[in-house]
Formats: sequence, structure tokens, C-alpha cells
Amino acid sequence: MKIAVCVKQVPDATSHKRLDPATHRLDRTGEGVLNPTDVNAVEEALRLKDAHGGEVVVVSFGPEKAMESLRKALAMGADRALLVSDDAAAGSDLLATSRALAAALEREEADLVLFGQQSSDADGAVLWAAISDRLRRPMVSQVAELTVDGGELTGKRQTEFGYDVIAAPLPAVVAVSDAINEPRYPSLKGIMGAKSKPQETVSLGDLGVEASAVGEAGSGTIVRSSAPPPPKSGQVRIEDDGSAAEKIVEYLAEKRLV
Amino acid sequence: MPTLVFLESHDGELTKGALGVLGKAVSLGGDVAGVVLGSGVRDAAAAAGAFGASTVYVVDDDALAAPLPQPRVDALAAVVEESAADTVLFAASVLAADVAAGLAARLEAGLNWDLTDVRLEGGELVGVRPALGDTVLVEVGWASTPRIALIRSGTFDAVESGGTAEMKDVAVSFEDFSTRARLVEHLTEKASGPSIEDADVIVAGGRGLGSPEGFSYCEELAESLGGAVAATRAVVDAGWYPYSAQVGQTGKTVSPKLYIALGISGAIQHKVGMQGSGTIVAVNKDPNAPIFDFADLGVVGDLTQIAPKLTELLRARR
Ligand SMILES: Cc1cc2nc3c(=O)[nH]c(=O)nc-3n(C[C@H](O)[C@H](O)[C@H](O)COP(=O)(O)OP(=O)(O)OC[C@H]3O[C@@H](n4cnc5c(N)ncnc54)[C@H](O)[C@@H]3O)c2cc1C
Ligand SMILES: Nc1ncnc2c1ncn2[C@@H]1O[C@H](COP(=O)(O)O)[C@@H](O)[C@H]1O
Repeated sequence: MKIAVCVKQVPDATSHKRLDPATHRLDRTGEGVLNPTDVNAVEEALRLKDAHGGEVVVVSFGPEKAMESLRKALAMGADRALLVSDDAAAGSDLLATSRALAAALEREEADLVLFGQQSSDADGAVLWAAISDRLRRPMVSQVAELTVDGGELTGKRQTEFGYDVIAAPLPAVVAVSDAINEPRYPSLKGIMGAKSKPQETVSLGDLGVEASAVGEAGSGTIVRSSAPPPPKSGQVRIEDDGSAAEKIVEYLAEKRLV
Repeated sequence: MPTLVFLESHDGELTKGALGVLGKAVSLGGDVAGVVLGSGVRDAAAAAGAFGASTVYVVDDDALAAPLPQPRVDALAAVVEESAADTVLFAASVLAADVAAGLAARLEAGLNWDLTDVRLEGGELVGVRPALGDTVLVEVGWASTPRIALIRSGTFDAVESGGTAEMKDVAVSFEDFSTRARLVEHLTEKASGPSIEDADVIVAGGRGLGSPEGFSYCEELAESLGGAVAATRAVVDAGWYPYSAQVGQTGKTVSPKLYIALGISGAIQHKVGMQGSGTIVAVNKDPNAPIFDFADLGVVGDLTQIAPKLTELLRARR
């Protein structure tokens, strides 16, 4: 079974995320990491490969330096990395991103395309739905338990009304929830081995996607302005030095909550 | 050109969230129509008139019996064409998000998500979106029509205004790939334990508890305060705690006087279920955890150290 996993490089959670005031785009100059919930998707792909054999390729759309983060997936055990990178891509929204990734995925022809739960910077939790429509494949999202058996997948997922169990024939698209597994840490051997695994960066032209289909030109949404929200007043912050419990009690007593 | 509002239904009833968005759309003025997609949903659809829809487009088809998004994209695309709608609004839900994004790709139409307000500015639709964990407010627009938007769950309350809607049936032919996924089973869980919705004090636990056994930190602390225990989706999905105790977008919305969060990162989908709490206390060992952006008292530290001591101190006070 061939599995493609869509993964994104996002700003490190420890760096302060900010929008560039001129372009209203996310400042991506700081450290980048593999989007946390995409690590669950990579882990799930590796487990499926262990059970069924095949190949795991990680696919991403982003700046060239995103390859650093794809290497983490290779260190975990993915076989190959494909990065779609292009100067025309900055400022791409859902429409533009889904066009570029769908083109890369068409080329890969994987039996199963996996997504993480949500990107920590865009927080859309929607990309898979746009891509599955472009790929014309069945899709199941928010999957907390996944099995694949004889050309059909079964996923269990939570909605506002309880749990649904949904089945779909391969080839298909699945987005997993962050509770689906406990991802492995890359081993030292994995990290060393990652360097020599295939890492391909392609341009939009290589995939036959017009530059006008991505970036701001290819986007359906506009950012008009950005501003800090009104500050929340009266927030108190403490670091535990052994007396946090006492301080919480004092705080609650002052507010007459105990 | 009307604004369409996707009216999600479950068990023959339109969801409150969808009716809330309908009310907001009506308050902006203009022609507002609802869309109800399902099987045997005519009665549910008729109810939308009382919430301000002048017209309700209905696609009643067996292919829409299960709550799956892809056949709904086919149906909605047909309704957009039939109605010549220039805006399609959704109340966020697991189903609605997938329908909205699928429709965006199908119609090559821009989608803005997680909006907490929409308004008209000189005839232009403007959306307000808190981004980057609600640390920045972004005003967004659309490059073309139809404009598609997902409104953050719980943003607008439904307002009943009275009235009746004209029903229009739309026939749809479904794409082959859209009907390939199928619902095998719907599982509901009997609620166990006291309801968290009525509790004055809630102690909620997340993945930071480390294991299902970690919930004893929450249970003991809750007991010392006479409160109830709640959980995040991450731990409910992992089987550590029952679904009936989950707070957030796909769980319960609570507003206790005191909400204590142990080992919870503070994702938006969790926040929407508890932001109405009187006082929020968060214990998290990561100083960058988003929950500190909205906690009243943020405690950076290890819950396994702090929670037992806190329980002991509170017990001693009684
Ligand atoms: C459509 C959709 C709907 C969703 N609906 C919901 C919903 O209804 N409810 C909900 O909760 N989520 C929901 N989510 C999921 C949500 O986005 C988050 O993934 C989830 O809330 C994270 O749960 P968590 O905080 O328990 O886990 P994590 O995000 O993993 O956070 C665990 C935290 O524990 C801290 N920690 C670890 N060890 C310790 C320690 N010893 N002491 C102190 N702190 C520690 C860590 O620093 C971390 O911040 C939804 C997501 C989507 C896409
Ligand atoms: N630029 C990207 N390249 C590859 N995959 C992505 C990209 N952006 C998002 N994804 C995938 O889509 C999922 C949902 O992202 P989002 O809809 O942005 O929250 C992520 O968890 C990733 O699996």
C-alpha cells in the first residue's frame, strides 16, 4: 500500500507567532517545526506500512526550508519526501494550497492520503475536504481509530452527536485526530538514515500548475487588516516554586470561590 | 442574489448553531434563504421560517441520509447554482467544515473560517477572525463570489422571529466519488456521572494527566471543591474519560463559576466550550501553552506536584 502524508512546517510553538504588519502574512522567518498533529498522521502511516507493507511519502507545500521539518518524518521512518516550493506560493489560501497539493498528489497516486488534525498556524482543519474534492476521492475526517482491510478503510470519529463509524474504499483521503496514536520518537539511527533518503523539491511548473493558480493571485480570500485584540485585564500568572498550591488557594479565597 | 445559510439537521431538528447563523444573516438584511439537506427533512426544513428564512431550499434524498459531507457538496453546489447565491454561511461543526471546504474547491470560491463576526461595510461583506490562538484579530474579505464562511461554533444565538418560509425542492445528481464513503454505525454513549452543565465548579483534565489513571488528580480536586470533572477531546477520543464529560466544540458548553484546567493546552475548539466560565485557573508545565492567553490565573508548573497539594489544602479548609 502506498501512503502519502500531507505535512506542514509551522512556526515553533516557543517562538512568538506574529503577522507581518505590512503583508498581514504569518512571519515565517523563525524556527520551523513539523506541525504537531501531522506527526500523528506520519505515525499512523508507519503503523499501516508495518502491517500491510508498502511505501510512505511525506508531501508538503511551503518554503524551501520546510524540507528541514520533512526530515523529521524521514527520521521517524517515512521513505521519501516531496516538497512543492515556489516563489509564487507565498500568501496562498485554502484554494491555492489545495490546487498545488492536489497536483502533487495526482502525481503520487497513493492508495491512501493522510492528513493531520489541523495546522497550528492556520487552524482551519479543512484542507483535506478541498483536496479530496479535487482528487475526486472519498474522505473521512477527525478519525480517532483507523483500520485498513482488503481495499477498504474504516474510521471512527467524534462529531457533535456522538461517534460515527465510517467505511470507504481505497483510494481515499483520511484526516486523523491527535488522539489516534502516541507518535514514536526518531531513533539516532533513524536520524542518521534520514539524510540519505530521497528528498525532492519540485516547482509548480514541474507539476503543471500555473503561477497564477497560487499565491495571492490564486486565492479566494483577502486579509484586509490585522490588529491586536483588546487586552484581557486582571490576568495573574505565577511560576511554581513549590508554593503554587498555596497561592491558588489564596487567589480563590480572595475571589470568594472557596 | 441571496445569502444561503447551511442548516444542519440531526434527528429531524435543525441545529441551534445553524439557526444562530441564520439569525445573524437575517439581521444583515437582504434576501436570506436556508438550505436543508438530508433524507426525510421536510418538516425540519419548514421550521426555518420561524427563524427568519424567507425561502428554504430542500434536497431530500436517500443519498443524504448519513451525516457525511461529500454528497452534501454536490447538493449545495446545485442549490448555489439554482439560487444564484453570492454568499454561503455555515455554523462550524465537524460536518459543516468538510462541506464548506469541499464546496470551496468545487466552486473555486474563497472560504474564510473561524469567524466570530460578519458585517457589511459599504455593501462589502467583512469577516472578523481571531487568528494565531486568538492573539490577533484579522479582518477578512473575499476576492470573488460566492463567498463562503464558517462561523466559529457558539458565536450567535438563535432568535425566533415567527414567519413561514417558501420551500423549494432541488433535484441533484450525485458524483460517483461522493457516495463511496458510508456510515457503518452511529454510537451514542449513555451519560455517566453528574451532568457537568449544572456544576458550579469544574475540574477539567487533558492529555497532560499522562494516563487514564491521571484523572484521579481531577476527581480528588473536584471532590474537595464539590465540583464535577470534565475532559478534552484528546483524552475522550483516546478512551481515558467518557464523551459525556467532554467540553468544547463537539462536547458540552459550560459556564461554571470556577473552571480549573489541568494539563490542557487550550485549543480554540476546547476554549469555545468553556470561555464563559467565571474564573479560569490553568495549570500547565509549558509556559507557551495557549491556555495562558485566556486563563485568569495561569500557573506554570507540574500538575502532578500541584494538584495533590491543592486538594490537601482545600480539604483542610472544610
Ligand atoms: C473539529 C474539531 C473539533 C474539536 N472539538 C474539541 C472539543 O470539543 N473539545 C476539546 O477539548 N478539543 C476539541 N478538539 C481538539 C483540540 O483541537 C485539541 O486537539 C485538544 O483540545 C487538545 O487536548 P489537550 O489539551 O488535552 O491535549 P494537548 O494539546 O496535547 O495538551 C496537553 C497539555 O498538557 C501539558 N502538560 C503535559 N504534562 C503536564 C504536567 N505534568 N503538568 C502540567 N501540564 C502538563 C502540556 O504542556 C500541554 O499543553 C477539536 C478539534 C477539531 C479539529
Ligand atoms: N502547506 C501544507 N502542505 C502540506 N500539508 C498541509 C499544508 N497545510 C496543511 N496541511 C495538511 O492539512 C492538515 C489540515 O490543515 P489546516 O486545514 O490548515 O488546519 C494539516 O494537519 C496537514 O496534514
